[in-house]
Order: sequence, then structure tokens, then C-alpha cells
Amino acid sequence: MPPSSKVRPDEGNYRYGFHDVIEPVYSIPPGLSARVVDEISGIKSEPAWMLQRRIKGLAAFEARPVPSWGADLSAIDFQSICYYLKPSERQAASWDKVPEKIKQTFDRLGIPQAEAKFLSGVGAQYDSETVYHNLKEEWKKQGVIFMDMDFGLKEHPDIVKQYFGTVVPLNDNKFAALNTAVWSGGSFVYVPKGVRVTMPLQAYFRLNAQNMGQFERTLIIAEEGSTVNYVEGCTAPIYAVDSLHCAVVEIIAKPYARVRYTTMQNWSNDVYNLVTKRAFACEGATVEWVDGNFGSRVTMKYPSVFLKGRGSRADVLSLAYAGPGQHQDAGAKAIHLASDTSSNIVSKSISRGGGRTSYRGLLHIAAQAKNCKSKVKCDALLMDPASRSDTYPTNDVRNSQVQLEHEATVSKVGEEQLFYMRARGLSENEATSLIVSGFIEPIARELPMEYAVELNRLIELEMEGSVG
Amino acid sequence: MNHLLEIKNLHVSVEGKEIIKGLELLIKAGEVHALMGPNGSGKSTLASALAGHPGYTISQGHIVLAGNDITGLKPEERSLLGLFLAFQYPVAVPGLTVEHFLRTAANSHNQARGEKELNPVEFRKSVETEIKAFKFKHDFLERGLNDGFSGGEKKRLEILQLALLRPKLAVLDETDSGLDVDAMKIVAAGVNRLINNQMGVLVITHYQRLLHYLKPTHVHVMVSGQIVKSAGPELVVAVETDGYKQFEPLYAA
Repeated sequence: MPPSSKVRPDEGNYRYGFHDVIEPVYSIPPGLSARVVDEISGIKSEPAWMLQRRIKGLAAFEARPVPSWGADLSAIDFQSICYYLKPSERQAASWDKVPEKIKQTFDRLGIPQAEAKFLSGVGAQYDSETVYHNLKEEWKKQGVIFMDMDFGLKEHPDIVKQYFGTVVPLNDNKFAALNTAVWSGGSFVYVPKGVRVTMPLQAYFRLNAQNMGQFERTLIIAEEGSTVNYVEGCTAPIYAVDSLHCAVVEIIAKPYARVRYTTMQNWSNDVYNLVTKRAFACEGATVEWVDGNFGSRVTMKYPSVFLKGRGSRADVLSLAYAGPGQHQDAGAKAIHLASDTSSNIVSKSISRGGGRTSYRGLLHIAAQAKNCKSKVKCDALLMDPASRSDTYPTNDVRNSQVQLEHEATVSKVGEEQLFYMRARGLSENEATSLIVSGFIEPIARELPMEYAVELNRLIELEMEGSVG
Repeated sequence: MNHLLEIKNLHVSVEGKEIIKGLELLIKAGEVHALMGPNGSGKSTLASALAGHPGYTISQGHIVLAGNDITGLKPEERSLLGLFLAFQYPVAVPGLTVEHFLRTAANSHNQARGEKELNPVEFRKSVETEIKAFKFKHDFLERGLNDGFSGGEKKRLEILQLALLRPKLAVLDETDSGLDVDAMKIVAAGVNRLINNQMGVLVITHYQRLLHYLKPTHVHVMVSGQIVKSAGPELVVAVETDGYKQFEPLYAA
């Protein structure tokens, strides 16, 4: 579609208020500067405070060195990256430009082409508005706000201003600072007191291309006693125009609220995926992160929960798969700041063909936090001798009234397992993927069914050609 | 009538060491052959080599199954041509449900036979009678494959798979080890039912216990990688009475 066109195929959705339709045509060349940040904020007609935030974020980004304690990030060229793409530009990119390998994967995952085009960021709106519209009405009745973050800032500036950057401060780390400076898209979720959202908030992400940005910012506020389950991403490979994905997710779970955030992502293999995800859990609240990482060149992601209120609880399930040339540096952090808090972390990683997975975890128990419980379980599966897995757990425990468990296992796909299954008529690939599916089963069973099915198909695809 | 299994001058080595040295064996459909022998005689090596274990090298000779030379075939190809090995030590795959595994295996065989693949509902129905026959509890299909199974459960699951996959030839590798009398009866009943359908059986065993229930038609004694004596069921009694020592001179000669 030519960029000058005033009518976009998804304009019909405007009345549902989940798409910003007509924006001035801007293009911002690659590179990062105060001017770029200023322009991004200008395009979005943001309030002055947000522009100030962005400028401070840029300063913090520039002041901090590239972290060297984890995966190798030395090849990132920040000046070659485009920090703002209008959604229409993303969509106007040609299906023909999507790499053949990714198209084939879509086919084999059984994703219809219309949705595949959308998921790869080049398609028009995926046609499910009716379903979406009904959900929208339901949420509205309950007072639930669920929209694109840019739109959230326009519609609910007071709420955004109150919470934005309170969980992940702009100078928290270099990449959170970068996100603060150039963020676009992401989700804004507000659940009022006592409201239980029964349907997972998930369709949205599959429907709205604006969310597929590479610097998205997500903010979830769950008021007292509310429940929400947010699901993002999918197992289909996400084709990225630029090689950097740098997102921030902030969650505030008020007293006795329960928030689950599920991510299943499969970035294309040249992407640096550097994400800061953090939640505050107030008294009696529960925060659950379910985090699946496939694809990318390097992923660094450690979903965290600050257990600030007495009796709060953190559950993290982390899954990482590293194939040839990939390094998944993933893990979790539990910061126990109050008494009677508990954390439960399960990490499963798979390395194949020279891929590398690392579990990096932090467990902090403050001096005033008595009677805390924490359990960490890391299981690594190595598919071949060339692959690698490491664990880097850090325990910082400041009082003695704690109950800690830490368990780490490394297993190899054994010749005897393969032979046993092949002797029953399964091919080596089938046997391998069943072994891997079995290994990740504790995580797969926590996923919505369609994601679990996709995950298993993805495993089958990844295991093809892994042997022989 | 053609032979179901023909093993000709078979030599097998493991990590460069020759374990089986020129073994010959012929089995017809419906026959039950017992292969007995002391520890270290090469019985289990034969079982693994027949099934195509990648760690076992066949340096000479041939294995022909129902007219197909399977000597160089992959384990899955041998399985799909009708060879079944009941493992001495069935392997656990945590997280993989028994149901998923059995259905995948059954459908591989159905496909190879040109039969319809079963969807999960059809499969559950088809496996129900076998679950009862092998005295498994109802939750068994949801358990991880051999994960935390008792010895008896593992062996019963091996024979349940045998019943499900309906091979032409079953090789039972020390299936009696670790079984109590009740489990042994269940296992033997399962095998006997299939023998009636013209399946050939090679029972590999150190002891004689299972042979009281399976009634071999032929008995072979293996010593140091060769069959040194073949006869009818009466040979079981000779082994029971006088042990394997009596056969060692035969090999030495």
C-alpha cells in the first residue's frame, strides 16, 4: 500500500478504539540521537512529561556501558538500527521480502497465510474482529482497560503517568534506558478492584501489528483482589526488520491480586533479544511468569518479582531453546522484601548443534523478610556433545529464617532412549522430538492449549535434521 | 515353508571386540525358540544386534526376516518389517506419556502396513482391552513412559507393546528377570495369545522359569558367541539338571 494512502484496510476497527488510524507520514532514518527521540515523541503527540522521560532514558542509555557480564553483545551496532517504524510501513513491507525459510516454517506450523503475513509484520489486519469485538464489550462492562500502549497514554494519561517506570526505572539497565527513550507499542492493561478476567488477554497480540514493535512497552496494573492472565507472542518465527528487540514489561499486582504473564517467542536468528520484565507483588498477591524463548541470536531475559508485601508469591517457569549459533541467557529473579513470601522457579533449557543456554538467577532474601521459602529447579537437556549449558545462580540471603531448595540437573539425549523408541518403529527425529517434548512437558501443560500444540510442532521442526 | 528368520554366519562386535562368532539360527512362523546360555555367552548381544542397535557392528553374515535382508537396516526399519524386541531394561522417557508413545508407535506400524492411522479417541478404544489384559490401572496411559515403573510394570508394558504392534517375530530378552509369578503368568499369556496367530518367538533367558509357561518348540544353548547345542524341549531339563558346564567341552572341541 502506498504510504500516502489515507484509507487503510483496517480502518473499520477504529470504532472499537484499538487502532490509531491516520497518522502523519514520517520516516525516521536509522540511528539514535536526541533529535530521533524528540521526533518519536512528536509523531505520537505525547505529553511533555513523556518526552522528558524519553530524553532522560537516552541520557541513561548513553552513560551506561554495554554490559559484559553475560552474553556477547559486542556486535550490536546501535547506530544502524531504525528506532521508529510507523505501523503502516511495517505492514507495507512486502511479503516477498520475508525470508523463504520463515515462510516455510509458517506453512509447516500450519498457520494460515493471512495470519502468517500478519505475524511476520507484513500483513494487513488478521480478520477476527468479530470475536475480538465481543471480548472488548465484555471487558468494557467490567471496567477492564486493554489496549495498545500508545493509545493507553492518550486515553488514560493519568494512570500511565502514575505507574510508568515505577517498576523498571529508566536507569535500571542500559536496555531499559533505551526502551524508555524509543518505546512504541506494547500493551496497557488495567484491571479494576475485584475483577476477575476469565478469558486470557491474548487474542489482541495476534491481531494488532502495532504490538509487534521491537521496542514495546507493556504496563499491567491489577488492582486489589483482581485476576488477569496475559498471553503474548506465538511460536511462529517473528521476522524483525532490525536486529534488536528491546522491550520492557512492568507489572503491579496490588494486594491479593493474581497476574500471570505468558510469553512464547521465536525471533529470527539474527535478533538480539534483550528484555527487562519485572513485577511488584503486594501483600498476598501472586505473580506468575511463563517465559518461552526460541530463536534469536542472543536472548538475555530474567523475569523478576519483587515480593514487597507479606505473603506474596512468585512463580516463574522459564523455557529456553538454543540451536546452532544461538545463546539463550535466561533465568529469573526473586527479591524477597517481606516476610512469609515464597518463590518457585523452574527453568528448562535445551541446547542443540553447538547452541548454548545459560541459567542466570538471583535469589535475594532481605534481613527483614522472615519465614521465606524459595525453590529453584534448573534442568538442562543437551542434544549433542557440541552444545553447552551453564548455570549462574546467585543467592543473597540476609537472614537465617528461610527455607531454600536448589536443584540443577543436566541430562543428555541418550543413545539407549533413542534406540528403545526406534525399536518401536519411530524415526530418529520422531524419537528425539518426543524426548524433548517430554522434557518440556511441565511447562507446556501451563500454556493455553493452542500454544502447547504449536510448541510441540515447533519442537518437531527444530529437531528435523538435528541428527544423522 | 519359508523361514521367518534366517541368521547366517553372524559375527557381531561391540567396541571392537567380537562377541558373536558365526551364529546360525532358523525360525519358522508359530515356533517358539528358547536361547539359553550362561552370563556373557552373547545372548543379549544377539538381541541388540537383531534389533539394529547402533553400538553393535555386524562384521559378517546376514539376518533375513520374512524374506527381507535386514542386516544393514535401521532399528525403525526392522521394527516396521515385523521385528519386535522386548527389552531386558526398558528405558524411561520422563514427561512422554505412555499413551502418546504407544499411539505414535502404533500409527507408524499402521502406516507401514497401509492401514488407517488412529486418532487419539480411536486409539484409546483400541488399547483398552490390552490395558485390562495386562492388568494396568486406569491412570497408566497418562504416566511418563517407564518413568518410576516397577520392574514388573516395565515388563508388562513391553508385552503390551508386543500385542499392540503385532510383529512377525518377537525377541524376548530376559523378559522373566525381575518378574514375580503373577506378572510372569500375565506376560506369558500375552505372548501365547500371539503365538497362536503365527508369530515366531525367540526367548532369550538365563533361567528356565519363563519356559514353563511359554512351551518352547526348540531349545538352543549358546556358549561363547555360538550355538553349541540345539534340540527339543527336553534340553531345558538337561540344563536344569546339570547346568551349562556340560556344554563347554562342545565349544572347546
